Amino acid sequence: MTRPMPVPEAGAGGDAPRASAPRRKVTASKLVGGVLLVGLALVPVISALIEQPYYVTLFTRMVIFALAALGLNLILGYGALVSFGHALYIGLGAYAVGILSFHGVGSGWAHLGVALAVGGVVAVVLGLICLRTSGMAFIMITLAFAQMFYFLAFTLKQYGGDDGLTIAARSDFGLFTLASNTTLYYFAFALLVVCLVAFHRLVHARFGMVLRGCRANERRMAALGFPTLRYKLTAYVISALVCVIAGVLLANLTKFAAPSYMSWQGSGDLIVMIVLGGMGTLIGPVAGAVGLLVLEEFLSAWTDHWMIVLGPMIVLIVLTAKRGIYGYLADRDARRATEAGTGA
Amino acid sequence: MTVGLFLTQALNGLQLGILLFLLAAGLTLVFGIMNFVNLAHGSLYMMGAYFAAAVFNATGSFVVAGLVGVPATMLLGIVVERVALTRLYARDHLDQVLATFGLILFFNELVRIIWGPASVYMNVPAALSGTVELFGLRYPSYRFAIIGVGLAVGLGLYLLIHRTRAGMLIRAGATHPEIVAALGVNIRRLNTLVFGLGAALAGLAGLMAGPIVSVQPGMGEPILILTLVVIVTGGIGSIRGAFYGALIVGVVDTIGRAFLPTLLREFLERSLAQAAGPAIASMLIYVLMAVVLAIRPQGLFPVRHG
Amino acid sequence: MQFIRIVLAAALAGAACGVAAQTPIKIGFMAELSGPQGALGQDQYDAFMLVVDQNGGKLGGVPVQVLKEDSQLKPEVATQIVDKLIEKEKVPIITGITFSNVMMAVHKKITEKEVFLIGSNSGPAPIAGAQCSAYSFITSWQNDSQAEVVGKYATDKGYKRVIGMAPNYQAGKDFVAGFKRFFKGEVIDEIYTPLNQPDFSAELAQVAAKNPDAIYVFYPGGLGVNFVRQYKQAGLAGKVPLLSTSTTDGSTLPAQKEDALGVISGTFWGPDFNNPVSLKFVDDFERKHNRIPSQYAAQSYDAALLLDSAIGKVKGNVADKKAFMAALKAADFKSLRGNFKFNNNGFPIQDLYVFEVAKDAKGRVSLKTISAPLKDHQDAYHTQCALK
Repeated sequence: MTRPMPVPEAGAGGDAPRASAPRRKVTASKLVGGVLLVGLALVPVISALIEQPYYVTLFTRMVIFALAALGLNLILGYGALVSFGHALYIGLGAYAVGILSFHGVGSGWAHLGVALAVGGVVAVVLGLICLRTSGMAFIMITLAFAQMFYFLAFTLKQYGGDDGLTIAARSDFGLFTLASNTTLYYFAFALLVVCLVAFHRLVHARFGMVLRGCRANERRMAALGFPTLRYKLTAYVISALVCVIAGVLLANLTKFAAPSYMSWQGSGDLIVMIVLGGMGTLIGPVAGAVGLLVLEEFLSAWTDHWMIVLGPMIVLIVLTAKRGIYGYLADRDARRATEAGTGA
Repeated sequence: MTVGLFLTQALNGLQLGILLFLLAAGLTLVFGIMNFVNLAHGSLYMMGAYFAAAVFNATGSFVVAGLVGVPATMLLGIVVERVALTRLYARDHLDQVLATFGLILFFNELVRIIWGPASVYMNVPAALSGTVELFGLRYPSYRFAIIGVGLAVGLGLYLLIHRTRAGMLIRAGATHPEIVAALGVNIRRLNTLVFGLGAALAGLAGLMAGPIVSVQPGMGEPILILTLVVIVTGGIGSIRGAFYGALIVGVVDTIGRAFLPTLLREFLERSLAQAAGPAIASMLIYVLMAVVLAIRPQGLFPVRHG
Repeated sequence: MQFIRIVLAAALAGAACGVAAQTPIKIGFMAELSGPQGALGQDQYDAFMLVVDQNGGKLGGVPVQVLKEDSQLKPEVATQIVDKLIEKEKVPIITGITFSNVMMAVHKKITEKEVFLIGSNSGPAPIAGAQCSAYSFITSWQNDSQAEVVGKYATDKGYKRVIGMAPNYQAGKDFVAGFKRFFKGEVIDEIYTPLNQPDFSAELAQVAAKNPDAIYVFYPGGLGVNFVRQYKQAGLAGKVPLLSTSTTDGSTLPAQKEDALGVISGTFWGPDFNNPVSLKFVDDFERKHNRIPSQYAAQSYDAALLLDSAIGKVKGNVADKKAFMAALKAADFKSLRGNFKFNNNGFPIQDLYVFEVAKDAKGRVSLKTISAPLKDHQDAYHTQCALK
C-alpha cells in the first residue's frame, strides 16, 4: 500500500523543509500506538529481567482497564452516548467469577459463559430503557442503574455484602489456568489485541459508519431508513460485554469481587481514561488507561499527595488538548497529512 | 411503630431534604443557566464545612464560623470560576465533567494536606444542643434549626428569583440565555453571580452539616450524587424542582432506612434485613429517578419554556 | 594520622557488616489512616513508632524500616496493598490492621504466603477459630471479649431489657454476640447500621420509643464521636445508661468531651493503670503526641514490644520462620496490661476490666477503671482452632 510521492507545491504552507522529504508512512500517532502495544507485549520479559515480578500484576491491571475503556469508547467516542454506569458491567463480570467460585465452580469457561450471558441480558434490558433518553438524562439514568446494582451488591450478605467476596482460585480453562501472573497477563493482553482488531473492523464497516452518523445527526439517519435504536442498542451491548470480560479478568487478578467495582467513581475513571487518551480513536483509550495508571503509580511513589498534582493536570489537559493526548497527536498528523498532500 | 416515631423520622427526612435543597438549588441554577455540569459543587460543600469547622474550633463561636465560612466559600467559588471554569462554558458536557472531576481530586487532596486525613469535629452550638418538645416527642433542637434556616433560605430564594430584577435576569437566563445576552446584559457578571450564589448556598449547607456529619476529605461526593439525582428528578434549572425533588429524596431515603429493615425482618433473617433495608432504601431513590426519566425526561417540575 | 583513621573506619565498617545482617528488616504497617476511623490507625502507628524510635530505629537490636500504608477501610484497597508489600517490598512481617472487614480480606492472603501477621487491633471470630494460622499473632483481643466483659457487668448491675446497636459488619456482629453471651437478661432488639452511615437520628428515635433499661453499642472512631454526641442531643444521655465497647476511648474522647461523661466501656487496659510499663508508656506518649493514648495505641505498643523481644531472640534472622514463630509464641516481654500469654490460636489470655468516662487528676476527660469482672479470660473460639 504505497502512496505516490506528493509533488511539493511552491508555497505549500510553512512546511517547506519537510515538503522535500519523502512522505512518512509512519505518523507520530501510529508510532505512539505501535510503541505502546509492543511495550505492553514485552512487560513480562522486562520485569523478569529486572527481577521485579510486581510489575506484571501492575500492568495486568492497566491492560484490564484499557480493555474496559476500549469497550466504553465504542459508544462514548463513536456514538456520543456518555454512559456513567459502565463500571456496572465490570462488577457483573467480577461477581460472576466470585459467586461461581464460591459455589465451587472453578472452570474459566463457566465463568466467562455465565458472565457474558448475564451481562448480555442486563445490557439489553437496561439499554432498551436508557436509550429512550439522550443527553444529560442518558448520563443520569445510566448512573442510576449502576447505583442500583451497586446497592444490590450490598444486600448480598452471603456473598460478602459491602466487604466484598474473596475468590479462592483463579479461573481454570482446562488447557491452562490463570494461576500464574504471566499467563493472566498474556491472556488479558491477547483479549485486548483481539478486541482492538475486531473494533477496527467494526468501526470501519457499515456498522461504525451508522453509529457515527447517529452521533452527527440521528434524525437524518432515521430519515435515511436506518433503524437507529437497533444499531445503538447493539453497540451498547457490545461495549457492555467487553466490560464484562474486563470484570472477569479483574476478579482473577485481585481474587476479589467487591461492590466498589461498580461504583460511579469507577465509571468516572473509565471516562477520564477515554477522554484523556483520545475519544473517537481506537488506541486512545488504551493510551489513556495505561497513561493514567502509570502516572498514578509513579506519582504516588514520589509523594503521598500526588492527587494534588493529578487534579490540576487533568484540568489543564482538558483546557488545552481538546481531543485527549492521543487524539491531539492523531489530529496533528491528519493536519500534516492534508497540508503535505495539497497538490497530490 | 408509633405516631411519634413516624413523625420523628419524617422530620429527619425533612432535615436531610433541606440540606439537599441548599445544594441542589445552586447546582440546578448553574446547570440551567450556564448549561454547565459542575461536579465540583460537592467540593464547595466540603470546603464550606472545613472553613466553618476551622473557624469554630478557633473561636468557639458558631455564628462567627458562619459569618466567615459562608462568604469564604462564595469567594472560593468565584475564584475557581474565573480561573478555571469560564473557558469551559463553550465546551461540551464531557469536557466539563472531566475538568470538574479534576477539581474534585485537587480539593480532596488539598484538605488532606491542610487538615490531615482523619475527620475534623465541630460541636453543635451550645444554645441549640437541647431538644424541643413536639407532640410529646423530643426532637434535637439543632436539626429543627436546620429545617428552619433551610425554609427561610428557600423563601429568600423565591423572593430573589421572582421579585427582584436580578432574579428576573436569572429566570430569563434559565430559559433563553442567548436572548438575554443579545439584550445587552453582562452575561459574564450574571454567570459569576449565579455561581457565587450557588457556592454560598453550598457553604451554608457545609456549615450546618458540620456538627452532624464527619468533616473529612471526600465528604462531598456522596452528597453530590444525591444532589444530581435531586436536580434531574426535579427538573434542571428549576428551583421549585430542586425544592420538591430534595424533599422527596430526603424523606424517601430516611423513611426507607428507618422502616424497611423492620418490614423486611418479617421475611428475612435479622442481619440480612438490616443490610438489605438501607441498601434498598438507597436503591429506591434511583428507581424513582429512573422512572421519572423514562416517563418524563424533563423532570417533575421543569422550567416552563415560552 | 589520617591514614590510620581511614583504616580504623574501614575496619569498623567491615566489622559492623560482619556482625549481623544489617540490611534493615522491612515491616509493613497497614491501618485505617483516613476518614473518621483515621484516629485509630494513627494511634496504632504512633505507639508502634514510639518503641522503634526509642530504640534508635531498631527492634530486637536490628534496624527496621516501617512501611506505612493506608487501607482506607476498603478491603479491596487493602488486598492490593498487601500484594504490593509482599510481592514488591518482600516484607517478612505485617502489622497493624484496624478493622475486621479488612482483616477478613487479608488474613489468609498474608498467612498463606508465610508472612508473619502481628495484628494490633481487630480480632474477628473466624480467625480465632476455624481459620486460625500459626503465622498470625494478635496483641489486642478477640472481638467478643471486650463485649463479654460489659455483658457480665450489665448482668451484675441487674439490667433486664437491653438494646444492642452496632455497625453491620463482622466486628459489629461479634461484639453484640459477645455481649449476649455473658448477659443474662433479654436483648430486646439488635440494630445494625450501615458501616459508613454517620447519622443515627432514625435509629435513636426507635431506641427512645422502646425505652430499654440500658443500651449497648459498638461504634469505633468517628462513628463513636457522632453516636455519643447525637445520643446527648436526642436527650437520651442520663435517661438510658449507655454501655459500650470501643466507643469512648482515647481516640474519640477528645472530640466527645463532656458529652461522654458516665458512659461505661470494657477492655483490657486503661490509661490509669499502675504498672511500670504502662506508666512509662502513657508518660512518653503524652509527652511526644500531646494526647492521652487510647487502647489502640497500647495494643500497638505491645505489638512493637513483642517484635522487639522476638527479633532479639532470633538475632534478626527472621528468615528462619520456625525459630521466629517460636520466639513470637513465647511472648517473652513485659506487657503494659500485666500478664501476657498467647493461647493456641495466637490470641492473648488476659484480664478484662470495666471503665467509666470521668475526669482524671488533670481535669481531662478520660477513662477510670471501676472493676475487673473477667480474669485470665480465654476467647470463646480457641477450641475451634486446630493448632495446639
